[in-house]
Amino acid sequence: MQVAVVGAAAGPIVSCVGTSNPWRCLIEDEARTLEALVDRIIPADQDPGAAWAGVANFIDRQLVGPYRRLQKTYRQGLTGTNETSAAMFGKRFPALSREQQDEVLRALESGQVSGKSWKQLPAKQFFDLLVSHTMQGFYGDPRHGGNRERVSWKMLRLPFPPVRGRMQDDLTKTS
Amino acid sequence: MALARVNAVIVGAGAAGGIVAKELAEAGLTVVLLERGKWYTAFDCRKDDLRNQRTSLLGCSFGPDDDRYRRVVVGPDGQERIVAPSEGAYNNNAACVGGGTFSYGAMGWRYLEKDFRMRSTYGAVAGSTLEDWPISYQDLEPYYTKAEWEIGVSGDDTKNIFKGPRSRPLPMPPPPPSREHLILKAAAERLKLHAFDIPMLRNTVQYNGRGACMRCRWCVGFACEVDAKCGTHNTVIPRALKTGNCTLRTECVAKEILTNGQGWVTGVAYFDERGRLQEQPADLVVVSASATETPRLLLNSRSRLFPNGLGNRYDWVGRNLQGHAYSGAYGLMETDTYDDLGPGASIAICDYNHGNPGLVGGAMLCNEFIRLPIQFAMLRPPGVPRWGAAHKDFMRHFFNRCIAVHGPVQEMPVFDSRVQVDPRVVDGWGIPVARLSGARHPQDLEVANYISGKAAAWLKEAGAITTWPKLPGQGLSGGQHQAGTCRMGNDPRASVVNRYCQVHDMANLFVVDGSVHVTNGGFNPALTIMAVAYMASEHIVQTWKGTRMRG
Repeated sequence: MQVAVVGAAAGPIVSCVGTSNPWRCLIEDEARTLEALVDRIIPADQDPGAAWAGVANFIDRQLVGPYRRLQKTYRQGLTGTNETSAAMFGKRFPALSREQQDEVLRALESGQVSGKSWKQLPAKQFFDLLVSHTMQGFYGDPRHGGNRERVSWKMLRLPFPPVRGRMQDDLTKTS
Repeated sequence: MALARVNAVIVGAGAAGGIVAKELAEAGLTVVLLERGKWYTAFDCRKDDLRNQRTSLLGCSFGPDDDRYRRVVVGPDGQERIVAPSEGAYNNNAACVGGGTFSYGAMGWRYLEKDFRMRSTYGAVAGSTLEDWPISYQDLEPYYTKAEWEIGVSGDDTKNIFKGPRSRPLPMPPPPPSREHLILKAAAERLKLHAFDIPMLRNTVQYNGRGACMRCRWCVGFACEVDAKCGTHNTVIPRALKTGNCTLRTECVAKEILTNGQGWVTGVAYFDERGRLQEQPADLVVVSASATETPRLLLNSRSRLFPNGLGNRYDWVGRNLQGHAYSGAYGLMETDTYDDLGPGASIAICDYNHGNPGLVGGAMLCNEFIRLPIQFAMLRPPGVPRWGAAHKDFMRHFFNRCIAVHGPVQEMPVFDSRVQVDPRVVDGWGIPVARLSGARHPQDLEVANYISGKAAAWLKEAGAITTWPKLPGQGLSGGQHQAGTCRMGNDPRASVVNRYCQVHDMANLFVVDGSVHVTNGGFNPALTIMAVAYMASEHIVQTWKGTRMRG
């Protein structure tokens, strides 16, 4: 059984849901929760936050790519977040105030939460994953679906356009 | 069906294998060079900060791939875990023509004289198999020089008073200094440290028919877009092929080394690029597959005569796995220090490699390569939250104002830090995978603490308002600097190969790569791997002329 791991789960890469949904893996409801979550991890201030930067799109895209092994983790984690929100404030996570949302996040981070989703997936584990992926989507290369318009790189004052060499224009080489 | 016999098969076209291929082919031997990965070129540079060899969050750009490769890692608690190449615990090194040299940061260090005489210098260390190399710095010096000139090294170590004598200066000058370099240089002078320009396997001027570094920010972990980094893929391997004596076969995965009833090596069995099992007969075999994959191949080559694998009569194959216990400090500065001039790492000191009171060994200290935003997002000083408005503020304020100084702490070899083959788990070709287990020697962590303090002091002198340490964990160490698993030595009962990288008791089998390092210096090991490869090649060619190595 242990042998099967990495490759076996791959199979043909297909969306996990129907075609009317603009998301690849998540359903609309999950995506809204995810957007609200990442936007507290990197909130908007004088610079746009993670939601505007497309971090949810980044995560959704990796969930049918390199992070496909984490599909179930995200499903459980997003459901669990809404359960915890409901237990703490009587509403789903996207409907909470920012202060309430931060309280839920702190509860997840500390692992001090109850709810049946967190029995299989420790809340802290989901939170660590979420922070790490949010950073990747916000500060990583826009080619992966996040960091819209290089927003974080502009914020960090990274020179643009970057130094590029000229070898990619070398037309003397074929193929 | 067996393929046409050749004089030599080399397994692995990396730092060492590429050099052996060129030396043997130029001497007139027919050579087959097997490489499990592909041959990438400068055109394959994607500058993808989430998918590269340094930050492999979305995979390794130059292999191995997550679908077909895996390893078993045994934690300190005895828990076994199957890991993929893109995970840190895999201790990955690139799988492609050039091996690690295709995408490395390209530091080209010579070890110091004492690094070859660790046991004589410091005596026995409890819990460690610390030993001297059977060769000295002086023995290796001509080959260091050859590597520096044939592969190409830039830099200026004349101010490094700790270095061993060199017979020839470096062929290329260092690049002009970055802002960070100037700040650290002035601080080192005030501290009476001996700072100098890091030797780098990187063109700073036109050399070997290739252009100079353009100072971009994507260096370590990436392919060089202008082909200015010097590896075996753009130097010795093309030269080997040009002789007409060498065939390079890519995407070929070695299964086992074949032997006959007399105990001679007869060739290599491998899976070709279409997954077909092939047998390549040869007069001699050179294994240059890295310190993890080399012992794996030797241990997977079992037969009636060699029930424990090749070279393993005394159970030394796969033992003493070492990498480097990287240690240092980060410093936050008051004004901008980042000027977007790659590769970043440029200034170093060897003041703390040896002679540290009460400690064995030490490390070279240097400034870090450029930290891309995603890399910077993964580190922060104590007290700064890892998420929320405060973290974003920290990123915005300090991304351009952070200097990192660190160095590779020389590790004490530990007999039980080792590579075995797993009894159950196999890779995509059905070959038993490497099983890594063990832990660092406690001494490494002591030295790491000390080195980290020295790094912090350098940063404070440079004007850091806050510093915080970067310290290694206790876990097993290998990674891109992996070494030590087929130790070189004079005693066949306590080593795997002799001073010429020839496996004890096996005249026509050689191990040439970081595996043979007895100790791994306080430096990036690439140039030493290259120098040893030149030395071993010379011996193979000389011996070949007399005996042709046939049983």
